[in-house]
Amino acid sequence: MEKSKKEVLVLEDILGSNKKIASSIRKKLEDKGILAVNLLSSPGSGKTTLLERIGLRLKDHFKVGVIEGDIETERDAERIRKIGLPAWQITTHGACHLEAKMLARIFDQIPADLDFLFIENVGNLVCPASFDLGESLRFVLLSVPEGDDKPRKYPEAFITSQVFVITKSDLLPYLPFDAERVTAEALEINPKLEVFRTSALTGEGIDALCQYLEKKLQELRTQNA
Amino acid sequence: MHELSVVADLFTIIEEQARQAGATRVTRVRVLIGELSGVVPELFRTAFHSYKKGTIADKARLEVKITRVKFKCHGCGQEIKTGDISSPDFSYACPFCGSKEVELISGRDLYLEKLEIET
Ligand SMILES: Nc1nc2c(ncn2[C@@H]2O[C@H](COP(=O)(O)OP(=O)(O)O)[C@@H](O)[C@H]2O)c(=O)[nH]1
Ligand SMILES: [Mg+2]
Ligand SMILES: [Zn+2]
Repeated sequence: MEKSKKEVLVLEDILGSNKKIASSIRKKLEDKGILAVNLLSSPGSGKTTLLERIGLRLKDHFKVGVIEGDIETERDAERIRKIGLPAWQITTHGACHLEAKMLARIFDQIPADLDFLFIENVGNLVCPASFDLGESLRFVLLSVPEGDDKPRKYPEAFITSQVFVITKSDLLPYLPFDAERVTAEALEINPKLEVFRTSALTGEGIDALCQYLEKKLQELRTQNA
Repeated sequence: MHELSVVADLFTIIEEQARQAGATRVTRVRVLIGELSGVVPELFRTAFHSYKKGTIADKARLEVKITRVKFKCHGCGQEIKTGDISSPDFSYACPFCGSKEVELISGRDLYLEKLEIET
């Protein structure tokens, strides 16, 4: 029999399955009144250290949990547990980003009465930007030693985030990093970004960031009410 | 390098579509890759051709169409089809009115557009 060829029009989103799982996670979290924050940055920008600082500040008044995404090891989860917060480690064994299905697998372990759920993504400023995890807010971090020319090099991370945190601000006096310039460049890519400068050493910006998070939690719960 | 996980999701869709259409073989796959999707076309190709082995698409040709970034300007309402986003003189501001309040409306997408199959 003659083989017949034909064309099939599909037009399906390749990441549709990730988006579907992410939407269902977002709905569950928001229904429970949990504010989920996905943190993106290069390795070493200070994600875990920032979470330690924020966690210590928030934990007296709120229930905070942290999901740690790493290629290997439980190290970051152990750092978070050391300050008395529950942490769940996802090791991706090579994958350079978290995906919604990885969260779905551990979702049952997340207590329903959390206020904040922080998700530290795998250290990488490129790949994690493509994968919605069901978060309410996405933070992109850039540390002062990385240089002030990064927003345009990694536009997707800046376009998909709501908050831009310049970390290690205590190093500004020592390095040729123009914080005004990097802020302007980030805002050019995404005018809606909220920008913060933080230092885990001096504590600069930690209060402001926590107040912002509390405000966002309130907004989420007002929406729900 | 997340192209491999994107390709894995692509093959889930290809296999489902091929099954629904009663295909015995998939001979051509056409995808749309947004300039700002975070996917590198060359890495995507390599991942596709290594993943296809042993699947219903094991002889398939891959066609990639890059979709350009498009913005909408909140200043004047116009749609902006941009030039090359990686060029140093690329501007995120609106070329018509100068407004910086522009919003990305396409260019992040990853789509399986169509398949050619044998039945
Ligand atoms: N000077 C300075 N160093 C910091 C700051 N935050 C983090 N670091 C250091 O940067 C390194 C990487 O931090 P870490 O939180 O593990 O980064 P992560 O890979 O993004 O989680 C560690 O040696 C931290 O002590 C900061 O605000 N100022
Ligand atoms: Mg870390
Ligand atoms: Zn305009």
